[in-house]
Amino acid sequence: MSETTPFSGPHTHAPRSVGKVMFSVMFALFPATLFGIYLFGWPALFLFTITIASAVISEIICLRLSNKPIGFYLLDGSAILTAWLLAMTLPPWAPWWIGVVGGAFAIFFGKHVFGGIGQNIFNPAMLARVVLLIAFPLEMTTWANPLPFTDTHAPDFFAGLDITLNGYAVDTMSSASVLGHVKTELSHGKALSEILANGYSSYSMATGYSNGSLGETSVYLLLAGGLLLIGLRIISWHIPLAMIASVFLLASLFHLIDPQHYPAADFHLWSGGLMLGAFFIATDPVTSPNSAMGKIIFGAACGLLVYVIRTWGSYPEGMAFAVMLMNAVTPVIDHYIRPRIYGYKRKRVPLSYNSEAGS
Amino acid sequence: MKLFGFRGGIHPQSNKFTTREKGIMPLPLADKLYLPVQQHIGAPAQPIVAVGEKVLKGQLLAHSQGMISAPVHASTSGTIVNIGNYTAPHPSGLSVRTIVLEPDGQDRWQENETEISVNPFQLTTDEIAARVGAAGIVGMGGATFPAAVKLGLGKQQPITTLIINGGECEPYLTCDDLLMQQRSDEIIDGIRIMLHALNAERALIAIEDNKPTAINNMTIAANLFANVKVVSVPSLYPMGSEKQMIQMLTGKEIPAKQRSSDIGIVVHNVGTAYAVHKAMRHGHNLTSRIVTVGGGAVREPQNYEVPLGTRVSELFKHCGGFKKTPARILMGGPMMGQVLPHTDVPIIKGSSGVIALTAAEIAREKTMPCIRCGSCTDVCPCGLLPLEMARRANKGDLDGAMDYGLMDCISCGSCAYVCPSHIPLVQYFNFAKGELAARQVEKQHNDVTRELAAQRQQRLDAEARLKAEAAAKRKAQRAAQQQPAPADKESVA
Repeated sequence: MSETTPFSGPHTHAPRSVGKVMFSVMFALFPATLFGIYLFGWPALFLFTITIASAVISEIICLRLSNKPIGFYLLDGSAILTAWLLAMTLPPWAPWWIGVVGGAFAIFFGKHVFGGIGQNIFNPAMLARVVLLIAFPLEMTTWANPLPFTDTHAPDFFAGLDITLNGYAVDTMSSASVLGHVKTELSHGKALSEILANGYSSYSMATGYSNGSLGETSVYLLLAGGLLLIGLRIISWHIPLAMIASVFLLASLFHLIDPQHYPAADFHLWSGGLMLGAFFIATDPVTSPNSAMGKIIFGAACGLLVYVIRTWGSYPEGMAFAVMLMNAVTPVIDHYIRPRIYGYKRKRVPLSYNSEAGS
Repeated sequence: MKLFGFRGGIHPQSNKFTTREKGIMPLPLADKLYLPVQQHIGAPAQPIVAVGEKVLKGQLLAHSQGMISAPVHASTSGTIVNIGNYTAPHPSGLSVRTIVLEPDGQDRWQENETEISVNPFQLTTDEIAARVGAAGIVGMGGATFPAAVKLGLGKQQPITTLIINGGECEPYLTCDDLLMQQRSDEIIDGIRIMLHALNAERALIAIEDNKPTAINNMTIAANLFANVKVVSVPSLYPMGSEKQMIQMLTGKEIPAKQRSSDIGIVVHNVGTAYAVHKAMRHGHNLTSRIVTVGGGAVREPQNYEVPLGTRVSELFKHCGGFKKTPARILMGGPMMGQVLPHTDVPIIKGSSGVIALTAAEIAREKTMPCIRCGSCTDVCPCGLLPLEMARRANKGDLDGAMDYGLMDCISCGSCAYVCPSHIPLVQYFNFAKGELAARQVEKQHNDVTRELAAQRQQRLDAEARLKAEAAAKRKAQRAAQQQPAPADKESVA
């Protein structure tokens, strides 16, 4: 029969839960992830699995320490998603301990020291990535060349395991990422047309046949996943659009001023995980603003920072730094940018129709 | 007609198909009818009948008390068998003063020949309002605000538009839908009488587009009158909320701390318009209403014309009882309805439906921490940040919650409906609103106490002063008697 305690409405609920949100995001990530694993073979699959396992074990330990129901919180999928996103941004042939340290760091220090799900200030995956990048710069900037499963030179299961566990011959099988390459060559005083003359193709970058992080090379698949999330109303369009538009406008502007020094917009859009960041990382609900206007500001500022770090900073890639810097600003944005309340003007004074008709 | 839309909103599963094609069935009289003296917003009515008295249908049982109040009438002919406290149709399960009527089975109306011979369009606003008030008519959409008060608003400020709310945006409910399908002419007549009382230019009847038959029938009935227009509005919850409906139709918002009449608009429900017609044309006081009996647990969902005071248990009985165990029984719709403590409570004027929901329909899950996804902000029709309000309400920071617009929340529940963490946001807000109200009362109480204390002090001071003066006077007199020559004494001093 009816409950003894009075209970306010609504007495029905949309078929949504935190778990469903998290698993929808994973679903949207699936094509790009599969492609990354296909492109970089067994070592990528091992690294991916290790990272997620590390995060899940860390989650269990943390839940245990904080006396929270383990099964209930584990099934929300947030730990898996965090590790998944982290793995997407790792060099695909990175050694096993990169995945272990990253996954554990994201869960322990990115999430649970703040109080668990929903309480963290910084995106846990990006926090872990930044820590890895600063602590292990060599491993984190060594990019294996694409070597799909179908390639005869691709490592088989045991060779792959050996790469993940013991490393590989860096010189022969890897090269700098396109962003890193351009940055180094520009600092040597070369012109852009000269640098990009051999090796760079906008097409191969967009489809993902280039070296880079495990899951951020295929622009099309990430874009499709992102649009799916917008369609499912898991994320809104504000952050991705503002971010991409901001990078596009800045890149176009500087390219127009000095085409020999500043690559064109497509180069920026197709490289370095901008799509992954714009659709899957900057949109993390916990660490991004709440209002539509706040999201636009957040996205645009992320785009600005990405461009500034890529162009003038000492790192070739700025997504993680940009997102984390803006994470820190999110509470301020949320404090000042609020939706207009019904019946009030923006300044929180009551509307009036007498003085200005039809306003 | 151009529509303006409103912010946010949700699309809950409407589930109206179970009853909307099935018509309105009469409900046989129950053995006893339970008529609470408080079926409206405002002061409770005062019983004027005694136990044992025989009454006719429509006869006054309890008269209204003061400006904001409404009388209660006999729903059928019979005998008053008790006047006492019975459980109110409210989640608290508290009791309310109730007149118990035992029907005699004849259902005989009281005489009302004189009242119906008058053409309502020759009456003044006051006369119409008085008649509507005497008929016990309140907002039939569930707000239960006395209708007469709102009909008199045209005298205070010019009213341009009367909006008739046929939105019925709550899932399951089809009572307004069926009323509009089957009694469109009567509703339109009631609307025209209301227009006349308000001295308003036009009436807009807003009906959600998931009620095509109602829109069709109402449009046909309204076609004869240039100033009455049917508007099809999108099916979007909370369309039936006054604030949102006004915004949808006019693009205007009710300015904060004001009423709709301040921008020249009055909103009434279709059921109210129908009741006005019955009162003005037939002299019938409000004795029944259409009630939807629905929900996944009910065997044969159906709309009934229910004599007021019929117990909810009777309605479920006539629907063939339950086919599944109900997890929650509500009065009103699933979004904003009230949980009933049990089914032995009466149908009152504002009862649009009684809904028995299964556990699957409630879809209640364990609450997770907020992940700040902002879904609540996206759907809030009032432009609030429910997550921020909840966070503050939860830790007792009422001022903080107020700063985020707690008092501008209409409790529509859209936020809690979409929340992936299943946080009972409305529960938090209602709690905080209750705390604020209590705080207000306490503040008033303190103010009164302080005032009284100050008055007492003044009084004491005045008394003391008077006493002192009197004493001084007496002393002076005594001195004057004892000393015949005060002038000398004074000179010495």
